[in-house]
Amino acid sequence: MHKSEKIWLTLSFGMIMLFMLTMGYHAFSQGMYPPGGMERIDPQKVDETPPFDQPGIRQVGENEYEMAMTLEAFVFAPADIEVPAGSTVHFKLTSKDVIHGFQITGTNANGMVIPGYVLNITQTFGRPGKYLILCNEYCGAGHAYMSGTVTVV
Amino acid sequence: MTAHAQPLTERINRVFGVHPKDAQVTKSYILVAFAALLAGGVCGLLQGLNRAGLLELPSWFDYYQVLTAHGFFMVVVFSGFFMIGYFYSGLSHTLGGLLPRVRKMAWTGFGLGVAGALMAVVMVLLNEASVMYTFYPPMRAHPVFYFGLVLIVLGIWTCCFGAFIQVADWRKRHKGQHLPILAFFATGAFILTLGATAFVAVEVIVLILPWSLGWADTIHVMLARTLFWAFGHTAVNIWYLTAVSAWYVVVPRIIGGTLWNDTLTRVVVVALMIMNITGGFHHQIVDPGITDPIKYMHVFMSLAIGFPSLMTAYALFAVMERAGRRKGGKGAFGWLKKLPWNDVRFVSPFVAMLAFAPAGAGGIAQTTFQLDSVVHNTMWIPGHFHLTLGMSTAMTFFGLSYWLIPHLTGRVLTPAVNRLGLIQTAIWAAAMILMAFAMHTTGLLGVPRRTEFTTYGDFSAALGWDPYMTLLGIGAILLLIGGAIQLYAVIYLAFFAPKGETEFPVAEKEPGDVSGYWTERWGVWVSLMIVVVALAYVVPIVDMVVNAPPGSPPYRTW
Repeated sequence: MHKSEKIWLTLSFGMIMLFMLTMGYHAFSQGMYPPGGMERIDPQKVDETPPFDQPGIRQVGENEYEMAMTLEAFVFAPADIEVPAGSTVHFKLTSKDVIHGFQITGTNANGMVIPGYVLNITQTFGRPGKYLILCNEYCGAGHAYMSGTVTVV
Repeated sequence: MTAHAQPLTERINRVFGVHPKDAQVTKSYILVAFAALLAGGVCGLLQGLNRAGLLELPSWFDYYQVLTAHGFFMVVVFSGFFMIGYFYSGLSHTLGGLLPRVRKMAWTGFGLGVAGALMAVVMVLLNEASVMYTFYPPMRAHPVFYFGLVLIVLGIWTCCFGAFIQVADWRKRHKGQHLPILAFFATGAFILTLGATAFVAVEVIVLILPWSLGWADTIHVMLARTLFWAFGHTAVNIWYLTAVSAWYVVVPRIIGGTLWNDTLTRVVVVALMIMNITGGFHHQIVDPGITDPIKYMHVFMSLAIGFPSLMTAYALFAVMERAGRRKGGKGAFGWLKKLPWNDVRFVSPFVAMLAFAPAGAGGIAQTTFQLDSVVHNTMWIPGHFHLTLGMSTAMTFFGLSYWLIPHLTGRVLTPAVNRLGLIQTAIWAAAMILMAFAMHTTGLLGVPRRTEFTTYGDFSAALGWDPYMTLLGIGAILLLIGGAIQLYAVIYLAFFAPKGETEFPVAEKEPGDVSGYWTERWGVWVSLMIVVVALAYVVPIVDMVVNAPPGSPPYRTW
């Protein structure tokens, strides 16, 4: 093996390891986990299962809210929410039918809502404004119309 | 291979040319592949125009039918048929002709694949299967769609085992010799294909079919999705490995060079084979139902594939530099001028290699926990695979077609078609760069993929996406023009080009490049692959099955 190839491969290896370590540090030491969660739910009994029997937003602390939202073809329920600037919202999302996506444009909130599971996404809304919630996994004929808003005041 | 075996096969090929029955196999596979490229390309044009806001599709052939068909034609039929046809001709050429029973298996696989693909496509056209090529339950397509998929998988398996029989027979007759390098690539690719399709076969046969026929009331959505991505992630890398085989083995010969390093090339094949299936969860980073440590492990395994890819990047440019310098190229970049820039057989795969640099970098970015949240399911993702599949893989396949088809049909590439090929390469590359740029950019702005033209009720942010989406339409028009030229070249070379001899370009080793026989330990490699796959999947799948949530009934939402 040539010397330059050895250098290249060492750099390549180092780069990938550095990438992994940085990501692992961010995730496991600073809590920057991807959206997820291991909570299971009966997808045919969502309306009877708390907290989705009463979907909506409720305050759980100073500047902290929990948002229970259901997704079905082709609506978010509730679709439009309002929170004060600087508040952190813990979204709990589940689907009543097929797989949906949940994305708030202009933020990093983005995840898959899979029937049978509850997806947790935490997002802090700094700047006031109106943000678009949209479904980013194809869910049927009306997929392009499945949207909502977050108004930060 | 030993000193005497290679010249002997070469002499046989020189005297007899390609075996006409073997040529027929590959020719048929490649013609189906390019027919799919045309059909998929027309769908791509309709889609691009729709997303640019220029075309409203009729209700009897709506956006999601078009999109499902486009993905299916390109990802399954075009790539799959080309890969099998190309590797079978490689096996025939380097292992001294296909065995009669292997040829029979190739035809069986062909029949199963064509029948299965037709069943699936007809269901999509009848609006019975607008489920995308990922067909996530609990959306349920018509059962015939799933039976079509089963036939395709059976066809693929027949071809995998055909290749294994061919290789095993050669090894028995050539004890102690190295498998010729192209056959080595083919073996790795077919093992990977078998491993990957095993997952999707379980998904379709065990989970989906009984449920779609109404024998089971509900389905485990998450398990099906997980099995799909164990396959889906690997499938794209199989096409990539096919393209890589051409970069290592064919391109050096075309530029008048030699193989980089026999052992390292084989190490790359083995590494890609062992580490590939285990990256599936990087498609599921923002899914529930998988713990963070398991996601992290999969991300690690996905990024690990970056290492053999970076080895490849070095090797390819090193080969080009060496060939260029031997032709008298001086200075830091003088060797570049000595490369055959007027030969489409080199230029098309060269552009394909260049595309893999941004494609690979984007892939690494989207494979991390934090960055995936930014781009998951946005237009960034199709932007990524229009670089990897649409450019790196497709343009390599195009480059191969300019010599493989005349080689098979006993014709020659004419200067006029070569020139046409260079023009097509430029059009295709420009169009893909335009599209990939627009897709990556709009992805960062948050535009979702797999969504027909929409402004979300004239939402201000959504209106800002439109100028970029217009670029998609322009790209799609250019691609159809390029695709039409490509198709013309394929048909001309297959049926009308002047008769003559065309070489199957396989690069020789450098003098003194001795490779260790240890690379031939396929038993060890396959065992390692199984261990790594088990490490990645046993724990999460057992957890999903044991702690399964209540299942989902079928839905039809289109």
